[in-house]
Amino acid sequence: MSSYFLKRILYVIPITLAVSFFCFSLVHLSPGDPMDAVVSPDAPSEVVAMVQRAYGFDRPLPEQFGLWVSRAVQGDLGMSAANGRAVTTEVFSALKNTLLLAVAASMIGFTLGCTFGALAGYYQGSLLDRIVTGFAVGGVSVPHYWLGMLLVIIFSVELNWLPSSGAGPGSSSDWSFEWAYLRHLILPAVTLSVIPMGVVTRTVRAMVADILAHEFVEALRAKGLAERRIFLHVIKNVAPTALAVMGLQLGYLLGGSILVETVFSWPGTGLLLNNAIFQRDLPILQGTILILALFFVALNLMVDLVQARLDPRIQRG
Amino acid sequence: MTAPSPVDYQTIPDQAHRAAATKSEQLVDVQNLKVHFRSPGRCVQAVNGVDLTLAKGEVLTILGESGSGKSVTLRALMRLLPERRTSIEGHINVAGQDVLKMSRRELSAYRGFTTSMIFQEPMLAFDPVFRIGDQIAETVCRHEGVSHAEGLARALELFELVRIPSAKRRLSNYPHEMSGGMSQRAMIALALSCRPRLLLADEPTTALDATVQIQILLLLRDLQRELGMSVIFVTHDMGVANEISDRIAVMYAGRVVETGSVDEIIRAPRHPYTVGLMQSRASGELKGERLSAIPGSPPDMASPPPGCAFAPRCSLATEECQQNVPPAKVLGQQHWAACWKLEGV
Repeated sequence: MSSYFLKRILYVIPITLAVSFFCFSLVHLSPGDPMDAVVSPDAPSEVVAMVQRAYGFDRPLPEQFGLWVSRAVQGDLGMSAANGRAVTTEVFSALKNTLLLAVAASMIGFTLGCTFGALAGYYQGSLLDRIVTGFAVGGVSVPHYWLGMLLVIIFSVELNWLPSSGAGPGSSSDWSFEWAYLRHLILPAVTLSVIPMGVVTRTVRAMVADILAHEFVEALRAKGLAERRIFLHVIKNVAPTALAVMGLQLGYLLGGSILVETVFSWPGTGLLLNNAIFQRDLPILQGTILILALFFVALNLMVDLVQARLDPRIQRG
Repeated sequence: MTAPSPVDYQTIPDQAHRAAATKSEQLVDVQNLKVHFRSPGRCVQAVNGVDLTLAKGEVLTILGESGSGKSVTLRALMRLLPERRTSIEGHINVAGQDVLKMSRRELSAYRGFTTSMIFQEPMLAFDPVFRIGDQIAETVCRHEGVSHAEGLARALELFELVRIPSAKRRLSNYPHEMSGGMSQRAMIALALSCRPRLLLADEPTTALDATVQIQILLLLRDLQRELGMSVIFVTHDMGVANEISDRIAVMYAGRVVETGSVDEIIRAPRHPYTVGLMQSRASGELKGERLSAIPGSPPDMASPPPGCAFAPRCSLATEECQQNVPPAKVLGQQHWAACWKLEGV
């Protein structure tokens, strides 16, 4: 039992190394010179060379990678090419906002998704099932930047109920759990929750329907168990798969909210990435992608460990 | 199809058997059971008027090939068939309770308590993510209102009863950690957990290795004698039927075509289908000879023939057989068969 957990945890090391390598090289493979962001095109060549040396861009790539990794391990991801601030502070303050948004969105999406999915799967083929499935397909298919703008038009412009952008009153990016801040969270969180809601609904629905067709459900009925108790058995069978999907979705929400964050000017990693791309700010790009990727790895590790607790068969593999 | 009038019951020998058994001895009484599965544009008549009785402590085997309606009959006794698509008609009485008239609550109290079932694939009949011991304890808790710990203690006793080695350790196993034979023993333990009066066994040895089959059969027979319960055993294996039962009912195309004691059915079958079944067995003296098989295949139960369902495959069939369903004819105290041509067999 513990050997499975140990093995699963040790896997994280090579995965992390590979991830950081890809983060580093992908950014260097993309077109554009990082120096463009730092110095003006007509700067004298000595200045360019000096700045290059300051950022370490003059060294060969493998050496840059080595240096970057060894510093990253110590928590130093370099400094932004655009504004000279430390990447680590920039990324973490953005990450805090993104996490807030992602957790809020996934709470909405997963709660609705699990409820709808379980109901639709249990009453498979009923009218309820058809309505829920239609809703879920809609949720998966709707482009969320469009939905975001639609919600802004309705709730901010027309009804004037909720703010259309930012993470709080004024220009500060601090957060506190007060209505003045929470109302900023509602629209982006709802917008972002629609896709995970759809995905989770469909997964849970399919899994519940699948499990209900298993022979052991008939055997549970034959034991005289009440429907409520049988449902509990079904849910425990569905949980590992549902959890895996939810873990992945939370990962996507962390990294994939670029469009929604941009639409709502939410000061998270998405907005940070977006700006970094336009400014060719390589250190910020690398740092943000690395942190997000590590988050994804950690999330998957957690999902795997919880899954193994729920389904004893997994540990055998 | 001719509906049996009250007078007809005089000639239906199971009725005679019913009368012979005093009321207190009888546990199961099934009359004119019909089970139809409906789907858009199709109605499969899986069971078409089955009559069965079972005395206390008796072991009845329902013998038949795939699709003969034997498993459906068994499931009807517990109303385990999908409600929305199934219509059940007739009369099922188990231990004085009318099964078809039970409310949802009564039904759930009846299942697993008065009647319980062993399934064909033990590995598939347990919930894979719960420990076996908990799955048994859960049943005991449900029906006897005891604590989980007491339920587990009962599970341990049961594991010892079905002779599972190192029973205590096995209780905390998950289904995938057990072999087929072991999980069938556990399934039997589960089925017996609340001392049912009727045990239904749906081909409980079919999915097991030959050596394990024998062990499970012997175990079932011992337990049946020890606990004195009644058993309905469904199988397509004549050897198994011979081994375990007091009486055999042969089913074909949703009807019981012949019933009798084991000796009567195995050694002196009268219905042409039963005769054909017995001839298709492989045994030592047949070595080198061609096995005689019944020609043709069973009818499509979405549109069964109007007369005797076996007529299209029967060498003795006449016009009468094609047109009318044969009534049951008494051949002995427990022995009867439904055939127009019994004299010719």
